[in-house]
Amino acid sequence: MDSFWRILGEAVSLILAWDSDLIEIVGLSLRVTLSAVAISCVIGLPLGAAVGAFRFPGRTAVIVVLNALMGLPPVVVGLIAYLMLSAAGPLGPLELLYTPAAMIIAQTILVTPIVAALSRQVVEDCYREYAEQFDSLGVGPFDRVAALLWDARYSLLTVALAGFGRAVAEVGAVIIVGGNINHVTRVMTTTIALETSKGNLELALALGVVLLAIAVAVNGAVMTLRASAVRMAYA
Amino acid sequence: MPEAAFHMAAPAPPMAADGPALLSARGLCFDAGGKRLIDGVDIDIRPGMRTVVMGANGAGKSLLLRLLHGLIRPTAGEVLWQGRPLDREGRLAQAMVFQRPVLLRRSVLANLRFALAVRGLPAAERRAREAEAMERSRLGDLANRPARVLSGGEQQRLAVVRALACRPRMLFLDEPTASLDPGSTHAIEQLVAEAHESGVAIVLVTHDIGQARRLGDDLVFLHGGRVVETGPASNVLDMPRSEAARAWLQGRLYLDTPAGPKA
Repeated sequence: MDSFWRILGEAVSLILAWDSDLIEIVGLSLRVTLSAVAISCVIGLPLGAAVGAFRFPGRTAVIVVLNALMGLPPVVVGLIAYLMLSAAGPLGPLELLYTPAAMIIAQTILVTPIVAALSRQVVEDCYREYAEQFDSLGVGPFDRVAALLWDARYSLLTVALAGFGRAVAEVGAVIIVGGNINHVTRVMTTTIALETSKGNLELALALGVVLLAIAVAVNGAVMTLRASAVRMAYA
Repeated sequence: MPEAAFHMAAPAPPMAADGPALLSARGLCFDAGGKRLIDGVDIDIRPGMRTVVMGANGAGKSLLLRLLHGLIRPTAGEVLWQGRPLDREGRLAQAMVFQRPVLLRRSVLANLRFALAVRGLPAAERRAREAEAMERSRLGDLANRPARVLSGGEQQRLAVVRALACRPRMLFLDEPTASLDPGSTHAIEQLVAEAHESGVAIVLVTHDIGQARRLGDDLVFLHGGRVVETGPASNVLDMPRSEAARAWLQGRLYLDTPAGPKA
């Protein structure tokens, strides 16, 4: 136990020293994860809203698939992305393998079903209340989806948060398509795995602390925003 | 006569008793869960008239309103708007206010703006109608307040002016003053009366006999999904011919039993 506190102390010193390697790794992690979550929201929110708001043949099957894809194992996603991006794959000519872009693609594949499935549920709950009024007002399909996304925006922040949590913490997909190359594709989770195996526990724990702090800060910010929205009856 | 509150796309004279029906139901039936909830309803609603729908709980009043407004499809029969099957165009000439107002999670003004924007109105026209509706509803001071924190009466007022801002030819109201205090009820009735004066046909579901007298020209009495009595509101309320209407108006229990109706 003494050694844990000693390592933790050294980890905190590393953070306070504003270690350049640590800053680089944290920066890349955030860049990859936030990009993936943003792209996933652009795809997943309208998709989830459309599935939540419209009745069409095969809708139940779409919901089952979306829900099932929420549990996609990151290593499987990494493998699929790897096959697509490798030289022999359909996206091989783009030469994205072992770049941050490849990591963003892999995390987007991982997070989009989560965003779509959860937003479908949120939007469906909202739509149950609005449906007759929309029918009465003659609201068209595009306006319906846009209005539902806007009115459920504070609940959807929590959806984006779930996607962020999944992406920032995963290691399997980014290590396969990123390769964990120093100063190129090394992110927090892959570095923690690598440095732990090398016995460099201070850096690993420092990154662990930063990862936890980011998760707590983002959760706190979203929850504060949502609470104020609830007070205003906007959520 | 007070100044007309809401202008009409195609004005109809108030109390235009003659001429073809604006909305008709022919053999309207609706089944759910193996039960017939609306059973062979035939009614005509005339332009500019106020029709009150009354009946006990479960008589099918709200369901009938939804069928007439095209929110749900009948199992059998049809709804005709100006003699033609009700379509999207016909429904856009109607508006509905629900018992529990459905307000978007936005400001008062944004709720109005949304209803007008989805109709594709030019910005200048939208602004004019917004201003008019805010004035009529006396919610101007609350324009930027979240709509869902308004009182029940204010919310319903907003729902009514939002519906009327779309300039419908027919307005359906499903118990719009249920659980509202007298002041709020008066404000809603005032808006409905102003709309009627400008030619909007009103179809109102209510349990309130006094409100039926104040706002009704015609009255449709439903029992068990069937129209058991229709006629001028004062006639039906003062001299009901059907046993169901008589029992209901006298506050007696009137039950459908396997052996037949029992009062």
